[in-house]
Amino acid sequence: MKMKNGFVVGLVGLGLLASAGAVAAQRGKMIQIKGSDTLVNLVQILAEEYMGKKPGTALAVLGGGSGTGIVGIINQTCDLANHSREWKQSEIDQALAKGITPRFFVIAVDGVSIVVNEKNPLSQLSMGEVGAMYRGEVKSWKAVGGSDKAVSLYGRQSNSGTYGFFQEHVLGNKNYSTDVKEMNGNAQIIEGILQDEGGIGYVGVGYLFDASGKVRKGLKVLNISKDPGGQAFSPLDKAAVDRGDYPVARALYQATAGKPSPAVADFIRFEMSDEGQKIVEKEGFFPISAAHKAANDKNLR
Amino acid sequence: MTKRKRERLKEAAIRAFFFTCGVLAIIVLLGIFATLITTSFPAFKEIKLSEFLLSKNWDPTSPEQAEYGILSMIMSSFIVTLGALIIAVPVGVGVAAYLSDVAHWRVREIVKPVVEVLAGIPSVVVGFLGIVLFAPLISKIFNVGHGLTALNGSILLAIMALPTIISISEDSLTAVPPAYGEASLALGASRWQTLFRVKLPAALSGIIAACMLGMGRAIGETMTVLMATGNARTFPQLPQALLRSVRTMTANIAIELGEVPYHTTHYYALFAIGLVLFIITFFVNLVADVVLHKYQEREL
Repeated sequence: MKMKNGFVVGLVGLGLLASAGAVAAQRGKMIQIKGSDTLVNLVQILAEEYMGKKPGTALAVLGGGSGTGIVGIINQTCDLANHSREWKQSEIDQALAKGITPRFFVIAVDGVSIVVNEKNPLSQLSMGEVGAMYRGEVKSWKAVGGSDKAVSLYGRQSNSGTYGFFQEHVLGNKNYSTDVKEMNGNAQIIEGILQDEGGIGYVGVGYLFDASGKVRKGLKVLNISKDPGGQAFSPLDKAAVDRGDYPVARALYQATAGKPSPAVADFIRFEMSDEGQKIVEKEGFFPISAAHKAANDKNLR
Repeated sequence: MTKRKRERLKEAAIRAFFFTCGVLAIIVLLGIFATLITTSFPAFKEIKLSEFLLSKNWDPTSPEQAEYGILSMIMSSFIVTLGALIIAVPVGVGVAAYLSDVAHWRVREIVKPVVEVLAGIPSVVVGFLGIVLFAPLISKIFNVGHGLTALNGSILLAIMALPTIISISEDSLTAVPPAYGEASLALGASRWQTLFRVKLPAALSGIIAACMLGMGRAIGETMTVLMATGNARTFPQLPQALLRSVRTMTANIAIELGEVPYHTTHYYALFAIGLVLFIITFFVNLVADVVLHKYQEREL
C-alpha cells in the first residue's frame, strides 16, 4: 500500500515538473506585446492565428493604451508595442537617451469614427464642428443644426493613442474641454453613447460592429467632411479611406526597440501577409498600402 | 541551562517576536510616508505649491500649457464622500441600532453575516453595478442624459462604507452597560426613548469612530469611482455637480500612473496627489482615534 502511494506521488510530481518545464521553455520564448487599446483585439486575434499555425510560439497581448506600450519599449518591459498614434519627440528622445532606436511598422489603417446615439437627427458634421465641440466651444447640438440638447462628450484618457491622435488632428493641438467624460476604453464609450441621446464619442472603426458584423444597434456613425458644407464621407467606406477622403483616418503602428528579433520579425511578417491583412479587414480595419509594406520591409532588415 | 533560565529565555524570545510584529506596522507606515514624500518632493521644483493646491485645471499632457492644479479633484473626492456619508450614516447607525436593540435574535443571526458578506464584495463588482444598474436608473429618474455622475459614485461608496459603519456602531451599542438600559426602563422611559436618549449617546464615541472609518474607506476607494463617475476634469459646482461627471484624486492616479514616463514632473505630481490622499486619510483616522479616547475618558 505504502509503495503504491509513493509511486502515485512520484508520478504526479514528475508530471508537474514536466509541465512546469514546458511552461518555462515556452516562457523563455514568450513574446510580450503591449499597448494600444484600439489594436488589442486585432493583435490578439492575429497572435492566436499565428500561434495556431506555428506551434511552440507564445505571444501575450495586453492593452493599457498607446502610452503604456511606448513606455514598455523605452523601459524594455515588452518586445513589441502597439500604438495608434506616432511617438512624441520627447518619447523618441527618451529612447535614444537609453541607447534604443525604435523602429516602426504599420500593420493596419483605422478610420476613427465619430459616433452618436441613433436618436440624434444629424447624419454629418465637419471636422471643424467636431473640433469645436470637443474643445468646449460648442455646448449645444442646436448650434450645429441638431436638436436642442446639451452636447455630452465622451472620450478616452490621456494614456490613449486615440486621445493623442484626436487631439492633434481634430482639435488642432489645443486642450480638450474639461467636460469630456474620460472613459476607460472604446467599449465603454460605445456603452455610454448607447444610453445617452445627446452623446458624441470617437472610437476605432473596429469597435462599431457586433458579433454578426453589422454596426451596433442604437449607434449612428456620422459622415465627416473636411470643410463645413463640403462632401462628407463615412469611415465605413473603404474606398474613401484609401483615397484619403475620410479626414479622420490614421495608420496603426507597432514598434520594436531597434531591429526586431527573428521571432518578432516572423510575427510582423505574418501580420503583413495576405492572411494577416484579411484578418485586419475582418476586424473592421483597413489593409495597409504597398507603400506601408515597403517601409515595413525596410525596417525588418 | 537550567529549566528556569530556559523558561525566561523563551519568554523573552516570544516577547521580542510580538514586539517586532507591532513595530513592523509602524515601520511600514513610516516607509510609505517616506516614499511618498521623497517621490513627490521633486514635483514642487517645477510646480508652485499654491498652483498645485488651488488651481482648478489638471492637464499635464496638454499640447498648449501643462497644468497641475488638483483643486477640482479634491472637491470631487469631497463631494462624493460627503454624499456617501449622508446616505450611509443614517442607514448604518439605524441598522446597528436595529441589530443591537430591536431585532429578534434569529433575525440578527441572519443579518449580521449578510452585512459581513457586503463588506467582501470586490470594488470592481460594485463599480460594475454602478455602470449597469444605477447609472441608467439615475438617468431615468432625474432626466439627465447619462448617469455617470457624482451621485452614482456616492451611492456606490455608501454601499461600500455601510458594512464598516454598521459593524463598529453595532459593537459600540452592544458594549453599552446593560445597567443603563435597565435603569432607563425602570424609570419609566419607553424602549424608543431608551435607545435614542440613553444608549445612542452612551455609544456616541464608537459611532463617530465608525463613521470616520467609513469616511476613510470612501475617500480611498479607487476602482468604483473610476468606473462609475465619468472622470471629467471639470470643477464640480454644487449643487449641479451631483448630476455631472466628476473625477476623484484616486481615479486620477489610477488612470495616469500606468503610462506616465518615469521621473518626469507628471510622475512626481501623481505621487504628490498620493501624498495629499495619505495626509487626508491619516487625519481622518487620527480624529476618529482622538474622539474615541476623549469620550472614553469622560465616561470613566
